[in-house]
Amino acid sequence: METLFTPLSSFSGGLLIGLGAVLLMLGLGRIFGATGIMSGLVFAENQPEFSWRAAVVLGMALSPGLIFAVTGKMPELSIPMSPLMIIIGGVIVGFGASLGSGCTSGHGVCGLSRLSVRSVVAVPTFMVTAGITVYVIRHVLGA
Amino acid sequence: MKLIYALFTGIVFGVGLSISGMMNPAKVLNFFDVAGTWDASLVFVMGGAITVTFIGYRLVWRRAGPIFGDRFQIPSSNAVDARLVGGSAIFGIGWGIAGFCPGAAIPALGTGRWEVMLFLVAVTVGFYARRLMASLLSEVKTPPMPNP
Repeated sequence: METLFTPLSSFSGGLLIGLGAVLLMLGLGRIFGATGIMSGLVFAENQPEFSWRAAVVLGMALSPGLIFAVTGKMPELSIPMSPLMIIIGGVIVGFGASLGSGCTSGHGVCGLSRLSVRSVVAVPTFMVTAGITVYVIRHVLGA
Repeated sequence: MKLIYALFTGIVFGVGLSISGMMNPAKVLNFFDVAGTWDASLVFVMGGAITVTFIGYRLVWRRAGPIFGDRFQIPSSNAVDARLVGGSAIFGIGWGIAGFCPGAAIPALGTGRWEVMLFLVAVTVGFYARRLMASLLSEVKTPPMPNP
């Protein structure tokens, strides 16, 4: 399925993602990594460690509704994957991202911006394996 | 106050994810499909996000600490090990299968699509699997009982 090339809205969205990451560092001194925030939420050891993560996640989840309230349009979301692929992919994502200590936000946005050696290794690694996976699924298996 | 601030940062980050197209799996998978229906938009997402974060972090770090805390909590490890490389490689495979990454799925949940909930539950199962593996491995590493 084709999607529109949207350099302007993608770049503006990216600026806001960066702003969110900077604001979290300024206010709470934390890296904006979704894997760390989510697993910290699941395995939180005390109330303060749980609360700030819950607040961040709630804010993120509210954002499409706020966009709808302002513009009258929900952000586009089309899901070409089958439920089975979502389950399999999801378990692999959760396992891999926690084993590798980060995902697109923690390593990709925050880690690369900090020039972290680990993230400089992690990001090309997951970009390449994601690319190979999509190639195999779409062009080898023909799904 | 700290929690309201945290909520606000989540909103800014989430609105960014929403309008960038990053939370739309069709767009993410097309970004990786260079040989097919390629959509290069996500390069611009990362470009915008890293530009702001790169400069912003350096401005923020001129302060002695964050507003609601005593110090910046920044990972200090530089170890490039099998866990980092293997975990990242595995994460990429899952990302290519599911089309969602953890950060993008949270605002996507706010659109009310049930598939997103399915993904997030699966991710949590993956977190537990990693925990289980860690505890199994550390059991192996535990020194044997001392001889009587």
